[in-house]
Amino acid sequence: MGDPLRFRDDPAPDEPGVSLDAFLNQKDATSVLLEAGDDVRALLPELGRVRLVEIDFPRFRDGRGFSSASILREAGYTGEIRAIGDVLVDLVFFMRRCGFDSFEPDAPFHPGAVDAALSRYPDVYQSATDGREPIWALRHPQFAAE
Amino acid sequence: MYKYDEYDQAMVDARVEEFRDQTRRRIEGHLSEDQFKPLRLKNGLYLQLHAYMLRVAVPYGTLNSRQMRKLAHIARKYDRGYGHFTTRQNIQYNWIKLAEAPDILAELATVEMHAIQTSGESIRNLSADHYAGAAPDEICDPRPWAELIRQATTFHPEFSYLPRKFKIAVIAAQEDRAALRWHDCALRIVKNESGEQGFEVYAGGGMGRTPIIAFPIREFCPAGQIFSYIQAILRVWNRHARRDNIHKQRMKILVHELGEEEFRRQVEMEFEHILTLGRDFPQAEYDRIAAHFDPPPFETALSEELDRSDPDFALWVDRQVAAHKAPGYAIVNISLKPCGGITGDISAEQMELVADLAERYSFDDLRSTHVQNLVLPHVRKQDLYAVWQALDAAGLASVNLGLVTDIIACPGLDYCSLANARSIPVAQQIAERFADLDRQLDLGELKIKISGCINACGHHHAAHIGILGVDRKGTENYQLLLGGSGAEDVSQAKITGPGFDETGIVDAVERTIERYREIREPGERFLDCYRRVGMDPFKEAIYG
Repeated sequence: MGDPLRFRDDPAPDEPGVSLDAFLNQKDATSVLLEAGDDVRALLPELGRVRLVEIDFPRFRDGRGFSSASILREAGYTGEIRAIGDVLVDLVFFMRRCGFDSFEPDAPFHPGAVDAALSRYPDVYQSATDGREPIWALRHPQFAAE
Repeated sequence: MYKYDEYDQAMVDARVEEFRDQTRRRIEGHLSEDQFKPLRLKNGLYLQLHAYMLRVAVPYGTLNSRQMRKLAHIARKYDRGYGHFTTRQNIQYNWIKLAEAPDILAELATVEMHAIQTSGESIRNLSADHYAGAAPDEICDPRPWAELIRQATTFHPEFSYLPRKFKIAVIAAQEDRAALRWHDCALRIVKNESGEQGFEVYAGGGMGRTPIIAFPIREFCPAGQIFSYIQAILRVWNRHARRDNIHKQRMKILVHELGEEEFRRQVEMEFEHILTLGRDFPQAEYDRIAAHFDPPPFETALSEELDRSDPDFALWVDRQVAAHKAPGYAIVNISLKPCGGITGDISAEQMELVADLAERYSFDDLRSTHVQNLVLPHVRKQDLYAVWQALDAAGLASVNLGLVTDIIACPGLDYCSLANARSIPVAQQIAERFADLDRQLDLGELKIKISGCINACGHHHAAHIGILGVDRKGTENYQLLLGGSGAEDVSQAKITGPGFDETGIVDAVERTIERYREIREPGERFLDCYRRVGMDPFKEAIYG
């Protein structure tokens, strides 16, 4: 497996993610690996020391990780969120919107496919953690962000 | 009705191009069928027994004449000259070639239509009262909210890979014409004591192999917060549903496992949090959408008189025409259940005729219903005779709304790869058995619904008399159910006992109905009679 595809400028954390239980017990750990069934909210009191959250997709159809990432960003977490496992390029657009900013798929993405997936839709209908202006805000400039 | 602006159009156009690219990759062998399947399902494209089936979204069952003509064109050019209206108010084409599917989506996009989220584990195209904007008993037109929710739930990033499908219905009337509480999320627009508009919310309904009627989760959600509330429901389900057994992943199962109170508690906590994120659409956007649904310019001082001298016309009026909120207007129900025909099927020529009538007589507005019929919502009473004559000439003037031959039926084993048994021939035989109109009228309201498998697309759980096709040791077998309802008096039908073969089930239906005729009280509907006397008198008639 090569380097993860990252949408961040900071250096990639080099500490491998430990399980949620282990992370909560090891007060100096900074990387955590969330399984699809883990309760991400257990992590919220510890966010101050987290640098990397890896979220596993055991099967690409298992969409629990989308909620986990969203909850982390809604709680103000600004560190890295990496999608790992059965991550298909067709998920990347939605994942970026939910706050994922790095990707380490089991099967590497085809070159160019990520850019195509991310640029496919000109706009979005609803706001999410990525801060994009939804179409309703574009329609009503008085609501547009400064 | 709603008109796309450049943003809506760009989204649909982008989808067409995305699907064109995905289809090309599939045909060239870069995508396996396993990889392609979830992608095509997000565009309503199923692989059925004989060909691909394309399910086109008819959001909240509203169409204009231009769209209906396009549907006719697609039927003629890409299919075998007909389409099939479904119990979700959508239209399906049964004989699609994969290579042509992107072209069909491109054609649909030119009339502001699409197949987005009509299948797969997504927030499905939502359904609504087919009398919206015309019904005397509605507190407002529910379609502006339906359109707002459509946009809010289109390509939702967090909820595009859900545990299973998620169906939403919206109504704003006391009478339930949308099988409301059989949905995952059922919304009824109400007013609270202070006169503010909001939603009464029900959650966790659904048919399939585990039929459950949605429970009242919230008495009143302020209208402007409904998107937050829907997201709260979705998030609790998305996070906590099982993912190990496809038959246990619908939201109703989670509600059942957690219990209504605990599910509600979790949703309320999530709701409180999501409200702080400011995700709800502002009033200005609701107002923009609602302006598209302003009532048409109804004429005033119209005559309420009807010339009923033609007895066939009078019969049709009494059954197929419903009261309208505007004086001098009426709602016309077009039956897609001719005797011996196929439930919900309509030919390209008939589609064009209906489009013409909608344009000429109904402010260019027509509807599809979950009962697989069509509606012209705003017809002047003085035009009813002309409309009837035109419908009659096209074989669309059957008189059977709500009667024993107004049967809901899924495509069944004639088309569907999931089916265990055929539905269409059973519906046809029952219709033929009860073809006599006097007999039908004497029986009154009687809702028969037929599913060709446990997935219950034919709504048999919600039928007064339901039929479920099963596979018994390699032969088609039909179970009989009694006492369900998809209306405001919602209930779940119960199985009578051992099943029947194809002829046997038609006989059993007739014996059930004859017993009803013997024991009913004056004016008593079949459903009310069943509720009064219970299953036993019917079992005795059926099994002897």
